[in-house]
Amino acid sequence: MMTNPTGKITQGQFSFLPELTDAEIALQIDYGLKKGYAWSVEHTDDPHPRNTYWEMFGMPMFDLHDAAGVLAELKGCRDTFPRHYIRLMAFDNTRGIESIAMSFIVNRPATEQGFGMARLEGAGRKLHYTIAGYGAQRPEGERY
Amino acid sequence: MNAPLYAIPGAPQPLAETVAPPTASTVAEVLAQSQVEDVLASLENSLIGLAPVKQRLRDIAALLVIDRLRAAHGLAAQAPSLHMCFTGNPGTGKTTVAMRMAEILHRLGYVRKGQLVAVTRDDLVGQYIGHTAPKTKEVLKKAMGGVLFIDEAYYLYRPENERDYGQEAIEILLQVMENQRYEDRMQTFFRCNPGFSSRIAHHLSFPDYARPELLGIARQMLSSQHYQLGDGADQALQEYLQRRMARPHFANARSVRNALDRARLRQASRLFADRDRVLTREELSTISAADIRASRLFQEPTEA
Repeated sequence: MMTNPTGKITQGQFSFLPELTDAEIALQIDYGLKKGYAWSVEHTDDPHPRNTYWEMFGMPMFDLHDAAGVLAELKGCRDTFPRHYIRLMAFDNTRGIESIAMSFIVNRPATEQGFGMARLEGAGRKLHYTIAGYGAQRPEGERY
Repeated sequence: MNAPLYAIPGAPQPLAETVAPPTASTVAEVLAQSQVEDVLASLENSLIGLAPVKQRLRDIAALLVIDRLRAAHGLAAQAPSLHMCFTGNPGTGKTTVAMRMAEILHRLGYVRKGQLVAVTRDDLVGQYIGHTAPKTKEVLKKAMGGVLFIDEAYYLYRPENERDYGQEAIEILLQVMENQRYEDRMQTFFRCNPGFSSRIAHHLSFPDYARPELLGIARQMLSSQHYQLGDGADQALQEYLQRRMARPHFANARSVRNALDRARLRQASRLFADRDRVLTREELSTISAADIRASRLFQEPTEA
């Protein structure tokens, strides 16, 4: 597909770029910390675009000053789930925002299986389209 | 050539990275580039006494300077172990120095952010099984890039209660330390885990203050609150200290602070009694000899 030449799942920030190195991830974390965001680590083996809520890895980290703490948590998650999608999320607790301000994927399985499109023909030959990850057909833990 | 073709928001400009700091070849040049001198001077001026502590900080600063020079010659320098244990009698400045240590180490370039996270046993040890480890790790994460200050660390280890979770917190602290006060109690604490004492490179004993040092501390405390000693008050304070130091539970600078606080109260009520007088700036900021001599200590006969 021309719009996504790398064939990777593109969700959140930086997903059209080459994988961020740990040093670059640390820079992003520091940027968020400077803004007062609380970082958290999440992982999933079902990266469907409608799968908004991934599994939390540990608690969101409030009151941090340095990226090393988040990187340590990320390392723990990578060691535990080396073949899962892992993303970092920055929560902005400013009144009126109270939402995720940054989110980017920091770990992917070696091969990404992508999604297949299913067509369901309804009344009047009306077509309903949906996508499902090829990996998601298999039980949890065997997807990647 | 290898520069990336993309820019990430928040990343430093690649140009800034390529500009290397000018290499220094003498100690004076390194000192000129860093703030080490300022830090040591301000330490010297603002803390009275504490010679061994200042000496250790000077050593640490010197090591940093020499490491920079070694780096210029391509000699590998390992970051020194900076875990410190402060012991000493109450009121000898352990907490005060610890609070400033974060700033000092930050300005010396040993820590990245320089925040101080002060915790006690409550912040590290949980209340039920499985509560301690996440709690301790969370504190450690908050302290990364700065200084973790565990006040009254000997409370972590309670030998009389074998089901105490303090041991677990110590194990986690030890794990992180691998990549503080009443000496006999600290020794019990260090005995709980033989690896603990050896992992702390700097054991600093805070000496008790001598009387002239306590007087200096008292003057510094007063001037920072815009007070001054009136006629004869200096002499009264000296006599007060002499009596107070002979009494039990003398807590060095803390006792001085409490004495001064009480003198301020007496000064306030002395001025308060005279309702119609116009008080000058001088009167409002002067602590008289009578304010100090009204202390309970002067009513009691001394053995001397």
